[in-house]
Amino acid sequence: MSPEPFSVRCHVVTGKGGTGKTTVAASLALALAADGRHVLLIETEGRQGIAQLFDTPPLPYEERRVAVTRGGGEVKALAIDVEAAFLEYLDMFYNLKRAGRALRKMGAVDFATAIAPGLRDVLLTGKVKEAVTRRRDGRHVYDAVVVDAPPTGRITRFLNVTGEVAGLARSGPIRTQSDGVMAVLRSPQTAVHLVTLLEDMPVQETADAIADLTAAGLPVGSVVVNMAAGPLLPAASLSRTAAGRLTGADLVPALDAAGLPTSPELADALAAEAVEHAQRWVAQDALRGVVERLGRPTVELPQAIGPIDVGCLFELADRLEDHLRSAAAA
Amino acid sequence: MTTPNRHEHRAPALDLAGLIADRSTRIIVCCGSGGVGKTTTSAALALAAAEAGRTVVVLTIDPARRLAQSLGLVELDNEPRQVEVPGASGRLDAMMLDMKRTFDDVVTAHSTPDRAEQIMANPFYQALSSSFAGTQEYMAMEKLGQLRASDRWDLVIVDTPPSRSALDFLDAPNRMSRFLDGTMIRLLTAPARAGGRAGVRLVGAGFMIFSRIISKILGGQLLSDISSFVAALDTMFGGFRERATATYELLRRPGTSFVVVAAPEPDALREASYFVDRLSTEGMPLVGLVLNRTHPPATMGLSATRAEAAAEAIAEAGGTGSKLTAGALRVHAERMVLAAREQRLADRFTSAHPEVAVRTVPAAAGDVHDLDGLRTMAAALLGDEADTPTGTPRSRVLPART
Repeated sequence: MSPEPFSVRCHVVTGKGGTGKTTVAASLALALAADGRHVLLIETEGRQGIAQLFDTPPLPYEERRVAVTRGGGEVKALAIDVEAAFLEYLDMFYNLKRAGRALRKMGAVDFATAIAPGLRDVLLTGKVKEAVTRRRDGRHVYDAVVVDAPPTGRITRFLNVTGEVAGLARSGPIRTQSDGVMAVLRSPQTAVHLVTLLEDMPVQETADAIADLTAAGLPVGSVVVNMAAGPLLPAASLSRTAAGRLTGADLVPALDAAGLPTSPELADALAAEAVEHAQRWVAQDALRGVVERLGRPTVELPQAIGPIDVGCLFELADRLEDHLRSAAAA
Repeated sequence: MTTPNRHEHRAPALDLAGLIADRSTRIIVCCGSGGVGKTTTSAALALAAAEAGRTVVVLTIDPARRLAQSLGLVELDNEPRQVEVPGASGRLDAMMLDMKRTFDDVVTAHSTPDRAEQIMANPFYQALSSSFAGTQEYMAMEKLGQLRASDRWDLVIVDTPPSRSALDFLDAPNRMSRFLDGTMIRLLTAPARAGGRAGVRLVGAGFMIFSRIISKILGGQLLSDISSFVAALDTMFGGFRERATATYELLRRPGTSFVVVAAPEPDALREASYFVDRLSTEGMPLVGLVLNRTHPPATMGLSATRAEAAAEAIAEAGGTGSKLTAGALRVHAERMVLAAREQRLADRFTSAHPEVAVRTVPAAAGDVHDLDGLRTMAAALLGDEADTPTGTPRSRVLPART
């Protein structure tokens, strides 16, 4: 019954390896599922990262509920098995379910996807499109679909399926299929979000990916700065500290006043750690400016203390929900 | 909460300085999952080796832009270039892998100009050499073989491609050669080779259907491209498998050493664990684990709990410098907690692999992107096990419980 507050229904999440894109995708799915909405979270790389995050057994190739959200919303998850998707595809276009089993045994499916890497991507994005456009009784089955997509280095190729199959098929079912996928991915109902850390390489890759996606006519969504840590030192003393102008002697009076049994060595060590902390923070903050200049709506997610669990995901989801609202309002 | 373990395993110390100084060390392979600092580790080891008098070449796969620049890797000509290292007694060359170029070179080296041209114009070859999963790994090995075979260097240090799984480096070349030499490709391409009938009789109707679908989906042109490509390869060097096997064998030869790099995070250490098991199955010599980007505290004189309490007391009391001092104490508290977590992960690795030597390398405050940064890292990689400011041995993040 809930209205659709966000016009984007297909959220593709990418990022350099190690930036936590699966965590962000999962949190985004939870955020979108709040207030009784139904969301599908799709895994495309066969790593079972979603199952690990939600602490469930490995996901089969079928839509399984992994979380319930406020107001009766839910997140279902699907780990796409390329082989199964291929057989499904053969069945759909060639009515070949039984022959499919024989093909699987021969390793033929592996082979087909190996000689034509583009075919793999067409199958994956085809499944995404199917979920986005699926209707029951005239209504969308899913209010939103979130895709845990391949990393930034591969994302444009992955989504630009028509380009990929152009060399393979100029007509026929696979061409029709990829044209249909492309129409959804290029439409305003899709947004590609980029996850980054405040480190040189991930920020650089994010900038490169935005340029590539834009050139391919794919809609870029938000930049998610993940694992951003706030400074523990007072803002006024950060740059002075980062420049190394903090010594143990500066800390001794306050330590003494608190009655701490301090040695000069201890005070020096604390100062050294504070300097390193400030330097790290200043370096990250400089990258904040670079991220801002990318000109995309940006949200920062805090670094979780300890391993990520479902509770963490909901906390991150709150932040993302606020961000989605403000980005939609803007 | 973990309880102290009476039978706690202590990881042996990793002696990378000795490895580099040893003239019989000819190849060092740095492997590990993506994003753990393999490239920087390889570059730092190479720099140290040059400074220790070796003539060394480092093969990097995908260096960060600024690091590449600092190594003089601005031109992508797929050839090693000398890096100016003032005061080094040895010599350092560096190169960045260009997989397409490396593949082209293999083709050129093994065929006539006419045939090479024909292969390179083949659309399937073009796709294979630029985007096939595993090509980068295969070409990294190929290049490693070439560098080792040349007598210009007495040490080759190689960084491995940034795949998610460290095992890909070992698996991809064989997977690729199996695929290119495989039954399926021979059957599919049979019409072009032998008139086709024989193949059909062997496999029956199921395959016929498949073959028909494949040509329908992928187009008959692709199949004939593949077919002529495979035929050309066969005459070139008797197939891919032999070639890949030969390169693979290089990794088992004496003089080759593996260094596994991991960050102190569960995923990276799990990958490292798989890799260690694999190396031992393959009989490939592992020197040890570099645990990169750890956060050892500068002092052990104050526990996290006490630092946190003191920060609170000081912030409450107020006065000059109280905010700064309280902040510094919180930085320390956070660092102690982080270090404890890192040590716990390292301990878990060591209890599964008690024989694997470990060296921890503290995180730099910023990205490593110049020779000075590499030198700092080299000092942490090669420094004496016991020689640290806090006295914590370099195989650990925190001192062992007594």
